[in-house]
Amino acid sequence: MGIDREDVAGLEESSLYNRRVQAWIQTAAERGRYDIRGLGAKRKVPHFDDLTFLTGSASRYPLEGYRERCDTETVLGSRYAKNPIRLDIPITFAGMSFGSLSANVKEDLGRAATELGTSTTTGDGGMTDEERDSSETLVYQCLPSRYGFDPDDLRRADAVEVVIGQGAKPGGGGMLLGQKISERVADMRTLPAGIDQRSACRHPDWTGPDDLTIKIEELREITDWEIPVYVKVGATRVENDVKLAVKAGADVVVVDGMEGGTAATQDVFIEHAGIPTLAAVSQAAEALEDMKMTGEVQLIISGGIRTGADVAKAIALGADAVSIGQGAMFALGCNSEVWHDENGEPVSAVEDYEKLGTKPGFCHHMHTGMCPVGIATQDPELEKRLDPEWGARRLRNYFQTLNMELTTLARACGKSNVHHLEKEDLASLTIEAAAIAKVPLAGTDWIPGKF
Amino acid sequence: MEQRAGGSRIVDFDLEKQTVRELNQYLHKELPKNGVEEVRIFNPDGAHHIAVGMDAPAKVDIMGNAGYFVAGMNKHAEVTVRGSVGWSVAENIMSGTVRVEGYASECAGASGRGGLLVIEKDASSRCGISMKGNDIVVGGSVGHFSAFMAQAGRLVVCGDAGDGLGDSLYEAVIYVRGEMKGLGADAREEPTTEEDHASLAGLLERAGFDHDTEEFKRVASARSLYHWNADRDQGY
Ligand code: SF4
Repeated sequence: MGIDREDVAGLEESSLYNRRVQAWIQTAAERGRYDIRGLGAKRKVPHFDDLTFLTGSASRYPLEGYRERCDTETVLGSRYAKNPIRLDIPITFAGMSFGSLSANVKEDLGRAATELGTSTTTGDGGMTDEERDSSETLVYQCLPSRYGFDPDDLRRADAVEVVIGQGAKPGGGGMLLGQKISERVADMRTLPAGIDQRSACRHPDWTGPDDLTIKIEELREITDWEIPVYVKVGATRVENDVKLAVKAGADVVVVDGMEGGTAATQDVFIEHAGIPTLAAVSQAAEALEDMKMTGEVQLIISGGIRTGADVAKAIALGADAVSIGQGAMFALGCNSEVWHDENGEPVSAVEDYEKLGTKPGFCHHMHTGMCPVGIATQDPELEKRLDPEWGARRLRNYFQTLNMELTTLARACGKSNVHHLEKEDLASLTIEAAAIAKVPLAGTDWIPGKF
Repeated sequence: MEQRAGGSRIVDFDLEKQTVRELNQYLHKELPKNGVEEVRIFNPDGAHHIAVGMDAPAKVDIMGNAGYFVAGMNKHAEVTVRGSVGWSVAENIMSGTVRVEGYASECAGASGRGGLLVIEKDASSRCGISMKGNDIVVGGSVGHFSAFMAQAGRLVVCGDAGDGLGDSLYEAVIYVRGEMKGLGADAREEPTTEEDHASLAGLLERAGFDHDTEEFKRVASARSLYHWNADRDQGY
């Protein structure tokens, strides 16, 4: 493409104050407040896309695609728990709250997870019977807000996850705006219906890492040391946080990168806090190695994991499993132009997106509770737009595809078990990725800062 | 070791000889089935997690000082600590009663959803933080930031309250008999009603105090933080 002479002559756009930035400043000047929105960081950050696999050739012996066996079984929580979690695949559903999502969606996640032999996770707002009943393996989150936290639910959980932070808003707590606080949600959270609700950013009963050790022991004592205890952190000072979590006695550490999603938080937080998942996984794996805990404490990575290639790369970099939230939303039809009626016929949702001031493909409006496709809502009419059967099938197909992609890549790297994928199977496509993931730049043996 | 006293079956644990894990597993797995009505725990010596996750209507007597999280997530049981306790006694209490005859460290009764916690002497800071329906009666004073973000339930302070009392309160109500060093954001003093006096009298009686309810002030939420408002004080 040639240079546009007019641009050069007189219409050159500022890169610092481009039209987007100008519009943002003008909106800020008009409204006098920050934006609140859902989903994750939209800015481009170094990502798994910046890596590629060095699959089999003369020097590496590949396995036959979809013929030769490639195991995906994943065990989580083997350090102290009497009953570690055993999953058929290393891909799990991340914690998402009932309140943010409808009860139907929570049930869908459970049903799909059960069919796939994987786990799903509760969220802020407690455990619903629908998700417990539909999930064979359910991880119960212990969040700072403690909304609806119930020892009976803890006793019927398969693992407990102490949530310290979330990739979309590490250190930031949460928000659920009044329009989503239905009677049922309010009741579960012991709050008046209709108020804007703030989820705490610090736990009420412990503060520093020494207290965390004692908190973890309390959870173990209550559950008679039977179920694994996960600790989830938003990716910031990953090395220190992983080490502290391990020292505090976690069986599993979950690290959520800045691409991770949220139901509602300040845009400035989503875009400007935390580090990318690619950086987080490498640091977390190194922290475990440093402590000689690789394999003893398992690592789950989340935040922007979309494809089987992302899963395979995360595992090659040291993750034992991944967790997916936003991908599941998209599988259910988030940002789709249509929803499906009871006969399976597509119905346009475009007008409803417009009412929210957005379009299919650009929506991040779960905070409004008016989800055009019936996912992130408590409105009984909107909820009907997502048929539970259809939703569960879509989730299952999506995860199945990811797992097929994962095993395809693993076989091509000569691995009969996806957990045998390793850093040596990768090359970086950018200098940033090489430096961040400590994977040599493609065609070289150069890792910036290392050699 | 099991014995009978006045017709009731009592089991003794000695934490010099047995572990907290053995104790808790007994309380969770055997006690609900075996009909023992009382468990006495000797030599607690400040151990953490004593009698956490109780789910049976038994009496648990802890004969000395206990550490963090004693009687955490209690359901149904009547737990008495004949000494003082560390952080987060009776956190997430669901029902039953927990009584501390001495002092309590930070976060007493944090995020409880039911039941009654009585601290006979003082409780440190953040007493009743995030409470969700439990009642707490403190015979002495409480430290700063007590009842922070408290959602439901009642906190009764027979002594003084530290700074930042009831910061970001939702629907919990606080009654204070002594001085309040300062209220937190969105907390305000309100006139007491007949209903307050009746509810307070009932709570004081259950807790074993006989103060005149007229001596107490009521603190509740001004509800100005219920809806996020960009034009309010930018300090928040
Ligand atoms: S379509 Fe629904 S789930 Fe997706 S971003 Fe919009 S509101 Fe959220």
